[in-house]
Amino acid sequence: MKFLTTNFVRCPISKCDNSLKAFPLQYKNCELIQEELEFNPEFLANILDRLNWEAIIAVAGDLGNDSLPPTKPENVDPKDPENEQLLKDLHTLLIETQITEGEMHCGECGHIYYIKSSIPNFLLPPHLV
Amino acid sequence: MSRPEQLAPPEVFYNEDESQKYTASTRVQHIQAKMTFRALELLNLSPTEHFILDIGCGSGLSGEILTEEGYQWVGMDISPSMLAVALNREVEGDLFLSDMGTGIPFRPGTFDAAISISAIQWLCNADTANNDPKTRLKRFFNTLYGSLKRGGKFVAQFYPANDEQLTSITSAAKVAGFGGGVVIDDQDSKKNKKYYLVLTAGQAENQVNLNGVDMKGTERPGKKLTRKQKKDEETKKTYIMRKKELNRRRGKHVANDSKFTGRTRRPKF
Repeated sequence: MKFLTTNFVRCPISKCDNSLKAFPLQYKNCELIQEELEFNPEFLANILDRLNWEAIIAVAGDLGNDSLPPTKPENVDPKDPENEQLLKDLHTLLIETQITEGEMHCGECGHIYYIKSSIPNFLLPPHLV
Repeated sequence: MSRPEQLAPPEVFYNEDESQKYTASTRVQHIQAKMTFRALELLNLSPTEHFILDIGCGSGLSGEILTEEGYQWVGMDISPSMLAVALNREVEGDLFLSDMGTGIPFRPGTFDAAISISAIQWLCNADTANNDPKTRLKRFFNTLYGSLKRGGKFVAQFYPANDEQLTSITSAAKVAGFGGGVVIDDQDSKKNKKYYLVLTAGQAENQVNLNGVDMKGTERPGKKLTRKQKKDEETKKTYIMRKKELNRRRGKHVANDSKFTGRTRRPKF
């Protein structure tokens, strides 16, 4: 699972729908890999508006990276060569960093979702549906 | 026509054997590709970069096309074997083992668009005792509406088993707040007829591409017919059938229906 996806995933259980703690999930015991993927500056600039930077910092902290800047980079133009390094860094962080194994804990209901061979399991047991 | 929905739940039906067979079949590959392209055509996305959700991604046949077109995507499927095949094929999107009927596990405004190829008819099944198709459809469309950004679009190709399924799917979508309807391709062919559910969440910048299609909308078209117009539309045969049915309900003695009912008699000398 890409690091980018952690910024969007929340607990699917219906009683957590209106809870602020169901997003972001807490990541524990995770194994990470770096996989080289195609660099796509336009996509990153487009997705940047949608990112919740506080959640990015929280999840990065869970995964052991505390060196991210505290504020989100704003108004990034993908065609400006000045921004290239920034976008490359974002690419390495968001797209190339992937979680292969680990656990995701919901802050509200405490349910644990497991990630196995980079596929998170969101199937719910019948009593939680 | 065989319907896998009637045989077993999706996670059971698409076991290792079936997943391999499904993915390796060139016929399936060809049909899936064709339907994915058609869905993308209906979506009418602007050429900038998009983040797309693929519901029921299976082994990633549709996902590969999304990658080719330059989209980033996330796929969801309920069958572990299908996802294992997708992993082996090294598709680029993120894969999720998740049941669409229990909700889309993404926060509001995540995706620009969503597609689904041959999947949402499974929602109409009651596979287990606590699977209620109505609540599953409701949960699915509500959470999908939430996870799309405003103006996001959703195109789903599906195989409804009957008209009830079609109406229950479209009405659930409408209740969730979606606008849109069903596009039917190859309407006259029994075999190649394809249903596409085309929905928008709010007002889209780029309208969906509906060139050359007849719409069977979720909304009722125009005004109600007046009594006179209804009468004019009715043929002689339907008039007779209607009256016979009425009298039958009133308990009167009515002659049986046959293929000769309401026919004109041959001319007599």
